[in-house]
Amino acid sequence: MSSLIECEDVWKIYRVGDVEVQALRGLSLTIEQGEFVAIMGSSGSGKSTLMNILGCLDQPTKGHYRLNGIEVGNLKPDHLAGIRNQQIGFVFQSFNLIPRTSALENAQLPLFYRGLSLKEQRAQAAAALGRVGLQGREHHYPTQLSGGQQQRVAIARALVTSPSLLLADEPTGNLDTQSSQEIMKILETLNRDEGITIILVTHEVDVAAYAAREIVIKDGQVLSDRVTRARPTSSPVEA
Amino acid sequence: MSAFVWLTILTALRILARNRLRAGLTMLGIVIGVAAVIAMVSIGEGAKRAVQAQIATMGTNVIIIFPGVTSASGVRGSQGSAVTLTVSDALDLKKRIPLLADTGWTRRDVMQIVYGNRNWNGPINGISPSYLTIRDWSFTSGGPFSQTDLDSAARVALIGQTTVENLFEPGEEPVGAVVRIKNVPFRVIGVLAPKGQSAQGSDQDDVIFIPFSTAERKVFGTSFIGSVGAMFGSTDQVEDLPMAAEQIREVLRARHRLQTEQNDDFTIRTQVDLGKVQEGTSETLTMMLFAIASVSLLVGGIGIMNILLVSVTERTREIGVRMAVGAKRHHIMMQFLIEAMTLSLVGGALGIVLGITGAKLTTLIAGWPTIISGNVIVIAFFFSLVVGLFFGLYPANKAARLNPIEALRYE
Ligand SMILES: Nc1ncnc2c1ncn2[C@@H]1O[C@H](COP(=O)(O)OP(=O)(O)O)[C@@H](O)[C@H]1O
Ligand SMILES: [Mg+2]
Repeated sequence: MSSLIECEDVWKIYRVGDVEVQALRGLSLTIEQGEFVAIMGSSGSGKSTLMNILGCLDQPTKGHYRLNGIEVGNLKPDHLAGIRNQQIGFVFQSFNLIPRTSALENAQLPLFYRGLSLKEQRAQAAAALGRVGLQGREHHYPTQLSGGQQQRVAIARALVTSPSLLLADEPTGNLDTQSSQEIMKILETLNRDEGITIILVTHEVDVAAYAAREIVIKDGQVLSDRVTRARPTSSPVEA
Repeated sequence: MSAFVWLTILTALRILARNRLRAGLTMLGIVIGVAAVIAMVSIGEGAKRAVQAQIATMGTNVIIIFPGVTSASGVRGSQGSAVTLTVSDALDLKKRIPLLADTGWTRRDVMQIVYGNRNWNGPINGISPSYLTIRDWSFTSGGPFSQTDLDSAARVALIGQTTVENLFEPGEEPVGAVVRIKNVPFRVIGVLAPKGQSAQGSDQDDVIFIPFSTAERKVFGTSFIGSVGAMFGSTDQVEDLPMAAEQIREVLRARHRLQTEQNDDFTIRTQVDLGKVQEGTSETLTMMLFAIASVSLLVGGIGIMNILLVSVTERTREIGVRMAVGAKRHHIMMQFLIEAMTLSLVGGALGIVLGITGAKLTTLIAGWPTIISGNVIVIAFFFSLVVGLFFGLYPANKAARLNPIEALRYE
């Protein structure tokens, strides 16, 4: 069986006017199903660029990226949208909830594009909100929720489709220490109990400590890649 | 309907409700356009129907021939100034033109009519009996006079409703009464059923009919014996009118010995010609309506496009999020198209309500007849839908073509 993520000599080159910016420079990387990876590196090193490519929001300028063995590099926008909807969940630093729309409807959003019945959408979104500890807050608007709660709605939205891959680009960057810990505990549980592959970008060492593998990026290349914690055995931990 | 479309419509309505003032101002163009079209078409239809009804009171398949040359509209001040048409013309026309089912003639003068101690000045018409059938006159009581009455120059009269009202007490039976015209006693033998206003606006019920021969010999004075004020003809089929009119012209020119270079000394109008004058006016009205509708729907459409472009910009991040969680291009496209159509349809519906109210108020206040047809409502609705679709297309396409990463990063 192929790995979940295989990056092979991936380049991303932006062109701003006459200037070329090489955000990724021949980066190679393999991540297996079920891993919990922290990506670190200084600002501008290419972490977000990499995450966008891994999340099929963007495509490499050169090189190969295979997701579940499928070459993503030359797929059409609508095909990429389908892959994102089926396999990937996103959590952003700035939450990115739709304003003036309830927690439930925000969590529903990916199902909205799956053509499920309204009833099913609601049931699944409510269940996802329950999994991040937000039962009873279904009809709250983003402005009525704390930062940590908003980020939990975003996580519910990411996992409502039961994705195989959850990408979180600095998910705790806008949160206080306590909320950060709550969010990280939720992600840890999702990885441990449901086997969801999580890739997380962070600047904070204590956040990165939740992951089992730490990849440091510098100037668009992998600087170091090490296992920081023994991976849980292939059989899930019994409760 | 799929859950997607349904939820998108709900979302669109919610966004409208949230920005009520903005949405209202945006819809104003469509509202006014649709309302104007509906109100004016209803008024136009009502007026057209009324005019058609008036033209129908002329009779069925009627041709009118006046002496002298008249204006193109067929409107003519008074009859009888030129003495070019005669009873023998009318009789000869009937004999020589098989298309003519009948011919009739009339000569009129305004005179005083006296009954008891009351009097009334009204037009006295000396007519042939055929005139009554050609013009479709019917009776509320009594009946027409006959050829025998004409031959014997009998002193009998038929009177219209307006004349009845002015000469008789309410409830009094005019048939059998004796009225005097120029001191000549006439026995009333029939009361005419009302016709109302003519297409030219005169009261057709202000009238007294007496036999042509009686009028010539006993009322009008004998200076021009045999000359008529107007002649009437009728055909069995409406399609025969133009041909019959042409044949009448040839016969009359020959009878009047007109040379090729001489103009007609008479004027022929058919019922169809009169209808055409009216149709012409309603066509002008329709073109005006079309212009007003186009301009206001265009303005409304541009308003919708503008507000949607603003909305796309304001919601760039939201579009990015939707794309990130799996919205395809057609999903985003649909969302904004549905928003545009919701705006235009709500505007169209308001416009329809406003237009109908306006038409009803016009009837109520100005007393103009209005006809609200289902067609114009359906068309107005359809047009607002098309406007929404057309002017929503550009903003929707713009939204659908956003790059997800740039959209997510938009501040
Ligand atoms: N859309 C873009 N256009 C031009 N340059 C970009 C764009 N996105 C990122 N870059 C550049 O690519 C490099 C990597 O950026 P990014 O991946 O956002 O870094 P990080 O997330 O590690 O801070 C930076 O030099 C940045 O300026
Ligand atoms: Mg970044």
